[in-house]
Amino acid sequence: MSLQELLQQIVNGLVVGSVYGLVALGYTMVYGIVRLINFAQGALFEAGAYLGVATFSLLGAFGTRQPLVGLLIALILSALFTGGLAYVVERVAYRPLRNAPPLAPLVSSLATFFLIISIIQVITGAQPLNYPQVLSVTPWSIGPITLAPTSLLIAVVAILLMVGIHFYVQRTKMGKAMRAIAVNRNAAALMGINTTWVVTFTFMLGGAMAAVAGVLFGVEYGSVTYNMGEFYGLVAFTAAVLGGIGNVPGALVGGLTVGVLSSFATIFLPNQWQEAIVFAILILVLALRPQGILGERVAERA
Amino acid sequence: MTLLEVESLVVSYGAIRAVRGIDFALSDGECVSLLGANGAGKSSSLKALSGLMRPASGRVHFDGKPVTGLPAHEMARMGVTLVPEGRQVFATLTVRENLELGGFNQSHEHNQEDLTRVLETFPSLEARLNALAGNLSGGEQQMVALGRALMSRPRLLMLDEPSLGLAPLVASQIFEVIRSIAASGIAVLLVEQNVHRALGIASRGYVLELGEITLQGSSADLLANEHIRRAYLGHGMGEGE
Repeated sequence: MSLQELLQQIVNGLVVGSVYGLVALGYTMVYGIVRLINFAQGALFEAGAYLGVATFSLLGAFGTRQPLVGLLIALILSALFTGGLAYVVERVAYRPLRNAPPLAPLVSSLATFFLIISIIQVITGAQPLNYPQVLSVTPWSIGPITLAPTSLLIAVVAILLMVGIHFYVQRTKMGKAMRAIAVNRNAAALMGINTTWVVTFTFMLGGAMAAVAGVLFGVEYGSVTYNMGEFYGLVAFTAAVLGGIGNVPGALVGGLTVGVLSSFATIFLPNQWQEAIVFAILILVLALRPQGILGERVAERA
Repeated sequence: MTLLEVESLVVSYGAIRAVRGIDFALSDGECVSLLGANGAGKSSSLKALSGLMRPASGRVHFDGKPVTGLPAHEMARMGVTLVPEGRQVFATLTVRENLELGGFNQSHEHNQEDLTRVLETFPSLEARLNALAGNLSGGEQQMVALGRALMSRPRLLMLDEPSLGLAPLVASQIFEVIRSIAASGIAVLLVEQNVHRALGIASRGYVLELGEITLQGSSADLLANEHIRRAYLGHGMGEGE
């Protein structure tokens, strides 16, 4: 393996990892606030990607003449609609189970995942759908490595959004309310925080981020498939666990780490091994450092 | 003027009725104590009044308006603030963030004014503003919990066992603060195991036993009552604290 190959795989891994991180954000925020692994997140990612295709086809010729404006419109519309879908999911599949044992909403989230993916398959069929080419795919050569403008755009948008969410959670009133609910939901309600709405909003924000990731993913790979949410949803879940679930910067760190590691794996092993590698990583993390890279066991005094 | 009016309040946990139809009232600016042994229904009453639990039946009016069964955040917005049992500070957030969360529905200007006032009341918190609330001592956490409640500009402050688990000296300090809060015109509903201290601050009291109010009266009358002395103040010897 040459140094060049190594560097190239790092760059590739960082690009795809930034997209994983964006999806992981939804897992981690929802887990942080209601201690639920929302497996529907992978389906929301896929729904977002398909809504992006739908937006581009609605834009038609305009999208081809102004691809960047088209992309911006696709990102915004997809994020809004997927946020709305996340709202419906929370209302229908989780809120009624708020006082049920934790297994019930977990199963409900798996059911929601398959429900959304099945609906997408029924509507669009099993054929992959193509994404329009937004930026030149002719790669730039930067020293020994190559990087397509699209890939750079994707990584920049994804990382900026994750940093933005981090500051949103740390600095704003809504973010403070989220962190308060994560520690003690009843006490947060006593502060005059409408905890039901904050939880719903967190689901919606996670869904919107998954949608952005879905559109960026479609642009990067040029097509989307009806079952993409299964693998990438689980990869993003791995990223969230690896980074430390419940920890917002952890989603970015976990996403980039999983991206780079699975990219490395393709140097040594055929591509088919990529899935096996990702889940081997998940098992290793759970065995060696269950709290993840940035996660910590927080001592709480009564 | 009546600030809080409670009629036939029933609070249940499934089939268990923790509060069995109690009536009581509290005037604006008045400090009233709710007394009773463990399991008498004191905390359950506060949970229902703060909106953390829906009463099974009964009516609650606050400031003349029906508020029965309103969720906790709406009660808080109306000015009904509960300092819950065991303090329940946000352990992984800083003291400053805890206090700011208390003023969640207040303007930035109010929060700044109130933060200054809270730090005057609890000067020891000033140096700990950026510390995580979970790293504070029990007494300091109670100060955060009280400060956080004051930041919401309550009209009725409900306190659930504020002295529980505190060293006597710290508890005395907390009781002094409660006394000054009551003197400032904020209505206080005080639930305490320390009957002597509670009646020393409150003007009136209700005694809850097995979910029912069995005795009520002025603090002086209750302190002199033979049953109270026997049951809560140590065999009627009146040895004080």
